[in-house]
Amino acid sequence: MRITLGAVSKPYSALKMKTGDWGTHWPKVDEELCNGCGTCETFCPDMCIEVVKVGEEKVNDKVKEIKKAKVNYDYCKGCGICAEVCPTKAIKMELKEIYKV
Amino acid sequence: MRKVVRGFYAVAYSVKLCKPNVICAYPITPQTEIVENLATMYANGELGNCQYITAESEFGAASILIGASATGARTFTATCSQGLILMSEVLWNASGMRLPIVMVVANRALSAPLSIWNDHQDSMAMRDAGIIQVYVENNQEVHDMVPQAYKIAENRDVMLPFMVCMDGYKLTHAYEPVDLLDQELVDNFLPPYDPPIKLTTKDPLTFGCYAPPHCYMEFRVVMQRAMMRAKKVMENVFREWAELTGRDWGGLIATDYMDDAEVAVVAMGSIVGLVREVVEELRKEGKKVGLVKIRSFRPFPVEELRKVMKDVEKIVVFERAVSFGYEGPVAIDLKSALFGHCNAKVYSFAVGLGGRDIPRELILKCINNVIEGKIEDGFYFEGVKEFEEVII
Repeated sequence: MRITLGAVSKPYSALKMKTGDWGTHWPKVDEELCNGCGTCETFCPDMCIEVVKVGEEKVNDKVKEIKKAKVNYDYCKGCGICAEVCPTKAIKMELKEIYKV
Repeated sequence: MRKVVRGFYAVAYSVKLCKPNVICAYPITPQTEIVENLATMYANGELGNCQYITAESEFGAASILIGASATGARTFTATCSQGLILMSEVLWNASGMRLPIVMVVANRALSAPLSIWNDHQDSMAMRDAGIIQVYVENNQEVHDMVPQAYKIAENRDVMLPFMVCMDGYKLTHAYEPVDLLDQELVDNFLPPYDPPIKLTTKDPLTFGCYAPPHCYMEFRVVMQRAMMRAKKVMENVFREWAELTGRDWGGLIATDYMDDAEVAVVAMGSIVGLVREVVEELRKEGKKVGLVKIRSFRPFPVEELRKVMKDVEKIVVFERAVSFGYEGPVAIDLKSALFGHCNAKVYSFAVGLGGRDIPRELILKCINNVIEGKIEDGFYFEGVKEFEEVII
């Protein structure tokens, strides 16, 4: 193993350091309720939630993208801000399996 | 050039000769005039390639220096007491990032109750932070220590922050004759800082990255190794300085009358001058007393202390801090260093907390009580008034 002086690392090496196991809870998105507004994306302090295109639908003969919130569980620390700010209450914080008794 | 100057100026002038690139500080008594002197020099254009940055807090000052030091700048700050404690979160990062920031701590008591006066509680609270700590006895020693601090901290075998501890008021505000160094001597002694890694806008890096359990411990091991290597580097630099200037302040410790001493008196900082006088007086009375001045508290001079304490019967420690729930931190470390190597009994005295005066008679009485066997070994507060604790 190599240890760098001063714990100095190159850009993007933090990607290898996954922090998704820090929290006890993680957010679960109810896709029925999520309207893709992006509030969670704006407020996530760790840039771990992103609104992505999941499909298309036709509304009044126009093609419209269907967008939903997707959580990056590799880095989400489970703070719960997304669930708190969601206007449609589509995000619930769930206790991780390993913490259930 | 010998001049009568105050402690502040002795520090500031020495820092100037070391050609720092970034100075950043927040004012706090009794340190303030150190950086005020530097600010004046900066305003007068005397500091060359240097940025003087006023920070919004000590936390900010230390953080700015981390950034500056990472770019390869030679950096300086001064603080004390609450300011040092406010810096502490940042300073642990500075040592972990292996940045050779040099700082002067104008030792001052901690709140509460509020005190602006001298003791060592502030720097003692930073004992475990991976920062080299040297305590100085007078203003010539602090003046001499600054260039040595840079040379030691910036050594590739060390690369750790360096804390020069000088007693607030007792030294900072005191006028003393100081042989001020000249630029040529410092230039020959101290090469420009050659950083092993440099942070630039073209080559972004993360300093002090995340280390999960599978690699965190190794970073701690290398810090400990650097601290231990620093002992040798310090000895070499101290010797070089003595040869260069003719002023020999000793190694990690300095001793007087220890060759045949039965009682060793240990002290650190400005109190050493007073203790030395008392020891000399007792020697004239034929009492076999010696003085051990601890210069480097971190790294702790374990081998040196074992060597000089080998044959002593009793050890007296005068110190200006308390580890509440145990005793004085110097005595704690001293006992741990000597365990299994020396059977001397240790008598530790906390004196002068929060600027309480330490009269010569008090030092004399403590040492005599130990010599004459009037007290048991253990921990004592000395110079305390009669009092009772009440609810207001």
